[in-house]
Amino acid sequence: MNPAENNEKMKFKYIENSVEKIDALALACGDELFTDDFQFDTLHGYFVRSPYPHAKVLEIENITEIENIDGVKKVFWYKNTPQTLYTSAGQGYPEPSPYDCRMFSNIVRFVGEPVALVIARTRDLAKLAASKTIVKYDILEPLLDFVDAEGSKIIVHDKDGSFAKIPVPYEPSKNLAALVEIEVGNYQKSYDGSSKKMQRIYCNHIAHHCALEPHASISYFDQRGRLTIISTTQVPFHARRIVSYVTGIPASKIRVIKPRLGGGFGSKQEIILEPYAAYASWILKQPVKIRLDREEVFIGTRTRHEYQLIMEAGYQGDGTINSLSMTAIENAGAYGPHALTVLTNVGSKTLPILNKINNIKFIGKSLYSNLPVGGAYRGYGATQGQFALNCFLDELVEELNIDPVDYFLKWGIDKDETSPIFKALGEGTEGVEQVVSANNLKICIQKGAELFDWKNKREEYRTERGKNQRFKRGVGFSALMQGSAIPMVDMASCYIKMQDDGSVSLLTGATDLGTGADTIFAQIIAETLDLPISKIHVIAADTDVTPFDTGAYASSTTYLSGNTVLSAAKKIKEQLIETASEILKIDKKKLQLKDQFVCSSDDSDKVAYSDIVRFAMYQHNQYQIQAVSSEFCKLSPPPFAAHFGEIELDTYTGKIRVIRYLAAVDCGTPINPALVEGQCEGAIVNGISYALTEKYFLHEGRMLNNSFNRYKIFTANDIPDIKIILCPSYEKTGPYGAKSVSEININGPIPTIANAFAYATGIRLFTSPFLSENILSLLEANQ
Amino acid sequence: MASFGKLHKKGSMDGDLELSLNINNLDVKCKTSGSTTLLNLLRELGYVEVKCGCEEGACGSCLVLLNGRAVNSCQVFAATVDNARILTVNGLGNSGNPHPIELAFVEAQAVQCGFCTPGMIIATYELLSKNPSPSEEDIKVALSGNLCRCTGYVKIIDAVKLAVRKLKNK
Repeated sequence: MNPAENNEKMKFKYIENSVEKIDALALACGDELFTDDFQFDTLHGYFVRSPYPHAKVLEIENITEIENIDGVKKVFWYKNTPQTLYTSAGQGYPEPSPYDCRMFSNIVRFVGEPVALVIARTRDLAKLAASKTIVKYDILEPLLDFVDAEGSKIIVHDKDGSFAKIPVPYEPSKNLAALVEIEVGNYQKSYDGSSKKMQRIYCNHIAHHCALEPHASISYFDQRGRLTIISTTQVPFHARRIVSYVTGIPASKIRVIKPRLGGGFGSKQEIILEPYAAYASWILKQPVKIRLDREEVFIGTRTRHEYQLIMEAGYQGDGTINSLSMTAIENAGAYGPHALTVLTNVGSKTLPILNKINNIKFIGKSLYSNLPVGGAYRGYGATQGQFALNCFLDELVEELNIDPVDYFLKWGIDKDETSPIFKALGEGTEGVEQVVSANNLKICIQKGAELFDWKNKREEYRTERGKNQRFKRGVGFSALMQGSAIPMVDMASCYIKMQDDGSVSLLTGATDLGTGADTIFAQIIAETLDLPISKIHVIAADTDVTPFDTGAYASSTTYLSGNTVLSAAKKIKEQLIETASEILKIDKKKLQLKDQFVCSSDDSDKVAYSDIVRFAMYQHNQYQIQAVSSEFCKLSPPPFAAHFGEIELDTYTGKIRVIRYLAAVDCGTPINPALVEGQCEGAIVNGISYALTEKYFLHEGRMLNNSFNRYKIFTANDIPDIKIILCPSYEKTGPYGAKSVSEININGPIPTIANAFAYATGIRLFTSPFLSENILSLLEANQ
Repeated sequence: MASFGKLHKKGSMDGDLELSLNINNLDVKCKTSGSTTLLNLLRELGYVEVKCGCEEGACGSCLVLLNGRAVNSCQVFAATVDNARILTVNGLGNSGNPHPIELAFVEAQAVQCGFCTPGMIIATYELLSKNPSPSEEDIKVALSGNLCRCTGYVKIIDAVKLAVRKLKNK
């Protein structure tokens, strides 16, 4: 860190300060409202879902009887709803995901796909009527093995009109949902010329976000006949656009509001319920609420994409990798939301970390199947890619007797360096060239290794490895990166005004999904205007009221939406000084902001913000102190992290227990260190839980464990000792030096645990999750 | 705009069973049906601070104190709790007059999305009523019926420890 950066930091008053989350008290007391908490007198919807992974919907045999039930209003299905093809991915326009789904289709492609929606007076009645609805299907053979989908005779989207909205390879007739190939240097030549070669295959598994709040949408008419949708969405503006496109309701008639959101992690970056609630309201002219059961959330929403990842390298005895190739075969599931963009991120959010490899090839292929639908999930491809990359590297350097920590210190991307991958591979398309100026990856690795006692622990467990004992211990490492927003794609805007009491209202389209984004914005304004947090009011995520923002995804909110808030706050600052200069008759260059006053440099003359605003509003050349800002994202500065884990394996049961976990993280300036830690801890526990216990048990495409009692996520009693160390760099293009932090840390646990396991046992893990029963069979097979 | 269905705030549930309850220290008379869970009755009555996360007793979001005991209200039929005393997180304290446990969750930065928090706080309240000086192990076990996907539990455990100190200094 250079001295200038240090000085900049010294001045912070509200930044790098763990102020309380502005909504925390009301949330803790239960005073805040989530979507389902709007308890109005509405009609209720409940879905009839397909029990088959692949079938033709022929008829609803008893539709008349169902609609004649007292209290049942209507049954919607494919014959009485718009047949518009769209993508449920809540992305910018035109979406990079294929337009391959309809509200209801005459072909169902996964178990849990909506076949009909029953609208009734009460939710219980809608659910009962849905369960009594008799659907006649023509059962089709399902495609359950995605790896062979390309040559399969079963075609998931057979002549159904599916198409790609942007010019990218898309061949549904071959079950191909997306394809990407890039190469820097000359891979094959350098591979052929290498003295050492290695190839490995890694497979990760389907998982669910498990946000505690199930998806819900309410749609109702306001007094003038416009449709308001209150929804569990990370993307209110995309939701509005897509609902209009799908249903044909004019966008001008639609308002989308995001109230408090009970977690998202990507699951609410999908347009899951909004078109159904809106269309039912529009037709019936009644307010409608749809709220999913937990079972429906598991089977009917989106999941983490499953992959087969083939790694190949040609290298030398000193560890120089001449050529590296990553082939990612993605299971898109039955539809392709985020299929292409997650696919590209497998490479683009992992490969730049080893920027000294000159010859790199990345091939990505996304294939349709009749399995649960993949989608956005925290980590977004990097989770899958880092599993392969960090395990592959760990094994490669072990054979060369190199400590992986030393390896990354030597070969990892350093400050002021770039990688050809940034330009070659972006998110869905080509990327954007960037030099990573703020980069503390090596400090993260060094500090982390030191505090974890990495070298000593490795030595200790090396000597124990051969011993024949029930419990075996090992330590593992992984080095990680992500991005901050999507460059040359994302934009964010906001509006700030000052009230005549000297307080500030911020209107932002950004979507706080529980992360604390609203608080981060308040801190940015507080710092810029030297104003207490309590004087800043954040009004967010309402398409009628707040300016546009792409939404909460791609680790963009602090970096991009934060930047636009900073830029608007600076404009407010100028106006305060301008008007104060008029009041105080002092040259504005000699004025500064200080604790809700504009002061002369020696503090002898000053005027309170409230007086400045009142002067501006009522006394002279009247005007509103206000500012708008719109920021377009040109770069995506990567945050970095080094993860260290210690595990204990019970060789009798196959159970892996993570004992200690340490993450050293460079997210630029941590605007709110406690919230940053919370993001890291949450992501790590989610990642460990994903690695060790979470699994979709599928039988012919049907999830057998679709409940929290059977799909096991970690509880307080399962967590290891977790330590987070922040190693902040200063990102000049970010607000007060900030980069992103929300996603990166979910990528570490799988490779870290797998590497620790290999250190303890000498056995490599290639397929997640590492369930006790799987580990036990593996141990037996290796005896 | 007579053709558009209007929004009305919901009142109590329909049903043929009459209940007398004491909810958050207020006497409430209401009607319910035999199949209605306590969770759904409370939410229909407007006590929406009791969250619905799974309806199978696995996530703890709907914890309330039923005659002083923490229960998953989704696992209790409303009809079986006539004359009961029920306390929700909002009865423990509200934004204007918060309970020390609620403040502890805020100060320890244990609230992210906040959906699991009401249940976590009820679980904490029950733990600390029985055991005012819990060990870290006691805390982890007491909270193990409450799922949270945001925090990784680290700061929630901190919050319970802070609540212990706050209640002792009260």
